[in-house]
Amino acid sequence: MQGISIILIIFTSLFFTGILIRTKSFFSGRKGPGVFQPLKDIWRLLKKGAVTSETTSFIFQIAPSIYFATVFLSALLVPFGDQPGLISFSGDFVFFAYLLALGKFFTIISALDTGSSFEGMGASREGLFSMLAEPAFFILIGSLSLLTGHTSFHQIFSTLYMGMGSHVEQAVVALAALVLVAIAMIENSRMPIDDPKTHLELTMMHEVIILDNSGFDLGMILYTTNLKFAMYGALIADLFLSPSIPIYLAIPFMLFIQVVFAISAGTIESFMARFRMSHNPQFIFVLTSISLLIFLGALLLLGKIT
Amino acid sequence: MNLSIGLIVTTLLFVALCATVPGKLKGYVALLAVLINAGISSVVAIAVLQGEVVEKLYYGGRVFGEIPIRMDALSAWFILLMNFTMITGILYGIRYMKAYQEQKANLSLHFSSFIVIHVAMLGIYVVQNGLAFLCVWELMAIASFLLIIFEHRNIEIVKAGINYLIQSHIGIVFLMLGFIIVYSHTGSFDFNAIGSYSKSASAPAALLLFACFFITFAIKAGFVPFHTWLPYAHPASPSHVSGIMSGVIIKLGIFGILRMLILIDGNYLVLGYLILILSAVTGVYGVMLAIIQHNVKKLLAYHSIENIGIIGMGIGLGCIGKATDNSYLALAGFAGALLHTLNHSLFKSLLFYCAGTVYQATHTMEIERLGGLIKKMPQTAILFLIAALAICGLPPFNGFISEFLLYSGLFSGIQSGQLSSAIIFILSIFGLVLIGGLAMLCFTKAFGIIFLGSERHPYEHPIKEAELSKLFPKYMVVLVILLIGLVPQLFMRLLTRPLQLFVNTADPFSGLDDFTGVMQQVSFAAWALVALVLLVLGIRKLITRKSIKDFGPTWGCGYIAPTPKLQYTANSFVRSYRKLVHPMLIMNKKENELKGVFPNAVHSHTHPYDKVEALFIDLPLKLLKGFMSKFRFLQNGNMQLYILYGVVFIFIAIMIPLTMDLVHYMVKLFQHI
Repeated sequence: MQGISIILIIFTSLFFTGILIRTKSFFSGRKGPGVFQPLKDIWRLLKKGAVTSETTSFIFQIAPSIYFATVFLSALLVPFGDQPGLISFSGDFVFFAYLLALGKFFTIISALDTGSSFEGMGASREGLFSMLAEPAFFILIGSLSLLTGHTSFHQIFSTLYMGMGSHVEQAVVALAALVLVAIAMIENSRMPIDDPKTHLELTMMHEVIILDNSGFDLGMILYTTNLKFAMYGALIADLFLSPSIPIYLAIPFMLFIQVVFAISAGTIESFMARFRMSHNPQFIFVLTSISLLIFLGALLLLGKIT
Repeated sequence: MNLSIGLIVTTLLFVALCATVPGKLKGYVALLAVLINAGISSVVAIAVLQGEVVEKLYYGGRVFGEIPIRMDALSAWFILLMNFTMITGILYGIRYMKAYQEQKANLSLHFSSFIVIHVAMLGIYVVQNGLAFLCVWELMAIASFLLIIFEHRNIEIVKAGINYLIQSHIGIVFLMLGFIIVYSHTGSFDFNAIGSYSKSASAPAALLLFACFFITFAIKAGFVPFHTWLPYAHPASPSHVSGIMSGVIIKLGIFGILRMLILIDGNYLVLGYLILILSAVTGVYGVMLAIIQHNVKKLLAYHSIENIGIIGMGIGLGCIGKATDNSYLALAGFAGALLHTLNHSLFKSLLFYCAGTVYQATHTMEIERLGGLIKKMPQTAILFLIAALAICGLPPFNGFISEFLLYSGLFSGIQSGQLSSAIIFILSIFGLVLIGGLAMLCFTKAFGIIFLGSERHPYEHPIKEAELSKLFPKYMVVLVILLIGLVPQLFMRLLTRPLQLFVNTADPFSGLDDFTGVMQQVSFAAWALVALVLLVLGIRKLITRKSIKDFGPTWGCGYIAPTPKLQYTANSFVRSYRKLVHPMLIMNKKENELKGVFPNAVHSHTHPYDKVEALFIDLPLKLLKGFMSKFRFLQNGNMQLYILYGVVFIFIAIMIPLTMDLVHYMVKLFQHI
């Protein structure tokens, strides 16, 4: 049963971006592509040949594979309700965060490998913003670990769920969900941090990093983005899943939350403009502050602040 | 056979030999000496780590008294990690010094100092008599000074060396003060007297004693604000010396702090919090400054400060755990600190060796002038990349293991403590995460700009990969880095006895078993990562086997004649970061503006400077100079006046006792009346 989490994440990743794009097309009054269109694009890319820049070295060749491998392995750590992920140990969230960082390291240096000024710009932004977002994640998990008294993803999420305890507790869980959504948006380079649909290289972040990737590598990078989205969706769903729910109900519930997450991400993208680059750090600092608020909430719940 | 005397005799013999053999062989003599000394000390150290007790007493004459030579598990751990880096250092150093073969006298001095510093450091780890300790400490300071100023024809390098010499002697003053305090109370220079004195003394007195020792060792280790010598000394020295300096010599400070923590029975809670906060500040400040450096070695030097901060955080956590009887926290803290000391000595020496290879190939250390080296020097690039990943604490390399231990400690500490401790722990987590993130920004910059893209400036001569003998010591280091990253449980077992010295709870091993269990899982996950990466790369190769592969220029948004000048530079890569933390840094910028319809060449120079140095070193020096300049009129070059000063001095010197006698006489006279 341990493998159920990764199966669900992969399953969700197949249609997640599709739903997101469909939501955006709905709000802008277009018919929009089918839900599986992004996946078909990826499939086509995987079969295509590639044009590589002459400036690049082997780093450019291995980076997309390492990026995919790190995200896939971190998805293995994500639990599902009271089922642990395939790999689960005390402190696994540290491994989770550092794995994602490893993937990011390679994405950044593969962008620098092309010697393009645009990609350098994107790499610089990606490095800075993801560095700023990391404290929010750690403080969030630290607070949840304080609240539950456990130090692994599985134990934390099997103790903690929406609908338990007092109102303060519910507020803490709701805030945690909010922070996780925001972190997911930053990590996947979506609005309001980054606009994946922009056509100007100067305003891009993630898109500009992968300007020179093509063929199989590009397909893999695009699929990894979907996988990452689904992985964060699963984490958010875990916040709401009570361990007492039997598994045949938990699976549809999880899928439902993933769909809601995709629709809300699409809605955010439809009604918000991207922040100015210089405002992004402020937004991310706000996130850190919210996680500190969660920390205070946890202290309050444990009666350490009276 | 008496090993200590054997060591000293071999050293003297080899130093003499080093001076007499021809230039080519000097390095090999040093290598042989280091190998012999390392071999002997390692055999003893390994026995100590397995539970043997080594203690010998020598009679050192009337002045020194008994000189005890004790090697406990802590010394053994540090000796082993030192020996490894000294061996890779001298192996690399022999090849590195080939470029300077004609300077025979200079080479003799250099290699003799190398032999001497190795023995001096062995002495520091085992000598437990205050006076004798001062001697070996001084020997180490002078030998490292000689190592730094190898290129003493360059005035900047001598300046950096003297800066180091002065600061380490300020440290020695405090060290002496500490030993004098203990001697005046107990009449003994034995280290055990420090322990017994601190038990009998009041709490503030014990704290004062600890502060004396701590300042000395903090200067050596490079804790902020005692770090200012480090960013000058590292770039000045030859690369293998920078490697051992960052890898081993600054670790003497860490060793000293740990030794004093064992001896001085102070208030561990207060000490723990102080060390934790100071270390977190050190770590964040070090990496913040590292990012904006443009000189590779200076960048690495600031990273040493950051890593000292991480090690210090471990020590702080361990103390807090010990004070609150939380053996899990204490174990995690001290294990993290000890393991990170080893880890840092590995990846930092590797980074410096790689920087040295780059320097000898390109003759520059300015990041902005490098670029595209990965195609010319692929092996050096891979070695640098591995070290960079390890220093960022990314799995599956060794840096991750020690940082993971610290995180486990911090997260378990949050749950057990009170409100105040919970807040300090969450802030420490914040600090540690920030250090990790900033280190990543710094090393993507360093690796990306030095090795990737295309050449930013034409190199004066063709660039070749270093020969195998120069790469071999680096591969040795990489092997250990991977070993720790992939099978950490082995090294946890080695740490058992050193940890016992710190954690004297009823059953330290049960806690350690937990760790070994978790390490087993981490090791499994690391292997899974390696396997998965290889699997994905294999699948990629299989699928793209038949597809068309084409090559073209990098996409320039339609622009088809890009020059290497258009690439992102190191400065522009960190520009948004620099703007963000602007208030905390000093950035001297020189820029001329574009003028006219056909503008001239434009230059932009940035020179980062250290705010702490400006505040704690430059400002007091300026005030002191200002004060002293008031007396400048005394020194006016007039010979007659100088003679007058002498006469006045002699007059006063005679007059003082006379006046005193006169006063006494008058007092008595008045009493009679």
